[in-house]
Amino acid sequence: MKVMADYYYTKNHEWLRMEGEKAYIGITDYAQKSMGDIVYVEIPELEEFFDKGSCFSVIESVKTASDIYMPVDGVVTQINNTLEEEPESLNEDAYANWIIGIQLKDKEQLKELMTGEEYETFCK
Amino acid sequence: MNDYNQLIFELSKPTRMSYSLPENDVDDSAIDEVIAEKYLRKEDALLPEVSELDVVRHYTLLSNKNYGVDTGFYPLGSCTMKYNPKVNEDLASLDGFTTLHPLQPTSTVQGALKLMYELQNLLEEITGMYKVSLQPSAGSQGELAGLMLIKAWQQARGEGHRNKIIIPDSAHGTNPASASMAGYKSVEIKSNDNGTIDCEALKAMMDENTAGLMLTNPNTLGLFEKDIIEIERLVHDAGGLLYCDGANMNANLGITRPGDMGFDIVHLNLHKTFSTPHGGGGPGSGPIGVTKALEKFLPVPRIVEIEGHYDLNYDEENSIGMVKSFYGNFGVMIKAYAYILTMGKNLKKASQYAVLNANYMKEKLKNHYILPIDNCCKHEFVLAGLGENEHHITTLDVAKRLIDYGYHPPTIYFPLIIDSALMIEPTETESKETLDGFIEALIKISEEAKTNPVQLKTAPHHTPVRRLDEVKAAREPKLRWK
Repeated sequence: MKVMADYYYTKNHEWLRMEGEKAYIGITDYAQKSMGDIVYVEIPELEEFFDKGSCFSVIESVKTASDIYMPVDGVVTQINNTLEEEPESLNEDAYANWIIGIQLKDKEQLKELMTGEEYETFCK
Repeated sequence: MNDYNQLIFELSKPTRMSYSLPENDVDDSAIDEVIAEKYLRKEDALLPEVSELDVVRHYTLLSNKNYGVDTGFYPLGSCTMKYNPKVNEDLASLDGFTTLHPLQPTSTVQGALKLMYELQNLLEEITGMYKVSLQPSAGSQGELAGLMLIKAWQQARGEGHRNKIIIPDSAHGTNPASASMAGYKSVEIKSNDNGTIDCEALKAMMDENTAGLMLTNPNTLGLFEKDIIEIERLVHDAGGLLYCDGANMNANLGITRPGDMGFDIVHLNLHKTFSTPHGGGGPGSGPIGVTKALEKFLPVPRIVEIEGHYDLNYDEENSIGMVKSFYGNFGVMIKAYAYILTMGKNLKKASQYAVLNANYMKEKLKNHYILPIDNCCKHEFVLAGLGENEHHITTLDVAKRLIDYGYHPPTIYFPLIIDSALMIEPTETESKETLDGFIEALIKISEEAKTNPVQLKTAPHHTPVRRLDEVKAAREPKLRWK
């Protein structure tokens, strides 16, 4: 299982990566593996606001449909449209392929997320 | 002919025919004189041109490919694929039933109305609910109707703001779907390590916006929610209602009743518990039973009996209205009615045997597959596949290999809370020999996983089509011929 050291993680297997003031959100390698082959990714609208813990996307695989939850409060500022055509790219590299980019509401919330090291222990 | 694999269009030869009509002995008239020009088709219909023998052979060969309860064991968890006695079919096809028209005056259909009325009474007794409506035509529709009743009841009490339905993470996917359709927000409650509801977590979730809790009991792991009395108190104290998904009623007949457990609403699946065919996705039947407080909101028409005369009552101002055209799927009701009367007190034995069969299989298999929760189960149980193994044999591989052994695979990868789930529901109608045959096949497969993994990875081997590329099918579906 691959874990990126400088990313933030949730117990629901989402990751968050900071890039300057922006944050990118996706699913972890562990998540893509347990879902199996991904066939559809539902992507939210731009400028939509989501609370921490609310569902912003649904990912369908051959096995299941899974809700994907917000790690923090934020407004969607970017969406990864290529996932509509190529949902399998999440299987190929779950960390390189983010689902949404957001503007964080409160940076303090990052402290509530797991570090790479903590996430690795969590998955054991 | 075993590998017969053609479409009827591929058999078609121009001018080949299946009929020879006698000479027309009435005056012919031009078609455009009787049908308006705009309704006439401009080009010939693309119908296959085949002989009568072609038609007979084509459909017979296709039907031979079918797999159903009548051809083999079908342990599809959560679906209750029990045997459907043929006498029920016989009764449902009596002329007196099949020639009825739904708009006939009620005075001419007293027998049919009486049957429905009595079926309602029987289901009320079996579930312990005050009143039953037979109208919903599927379990999912029963769920939607039930949730609409919750909404109607709360609105009538001036509590229309309640917008949250709590649903366990082990629930059927229809539960949150129905909640959304009824305009509710579904909130998931996680199961505890025993696979049941965590009362402390439930307590923390209840608030003034909680409309209710949807619960399947026994749940989809086949485990009885032992804390149901405590759960009932928590939900009702918070002003919510308790909804019972009756999908697993086959474990409860004559033993316990949703009404006695404190549920306000229950739906039943006649096509599961009451032995009517599942069909190709239909027709189903999902009657709902409710408490006295909810009766006035039930769908119309209601069947009423006045001094031995039966009638349909549409006049109920609080009703949520009709949820299905006419009165529900009547043919299915006849079969369920016949089943219940035939079984009588033995309905209890059906549940007891269903539970016994499931526990027998669970005990025989638990040393060969991972059993995540080792408790006495009800009518079904869930294995977590083979676990980590040298050749990475998955639950999907096991399921596909079962087809080679002549069995319909169990439900796989559901419920979602068990990794690599294999959900097995044998039902009460299978003999010990059948159960043993299936157990033996599963044990053999667990050995093959070590000794001959390729055999599993490439299964199934003896089917008209081999392992399908499910990913490609989902990503690039071809939905029509040519």
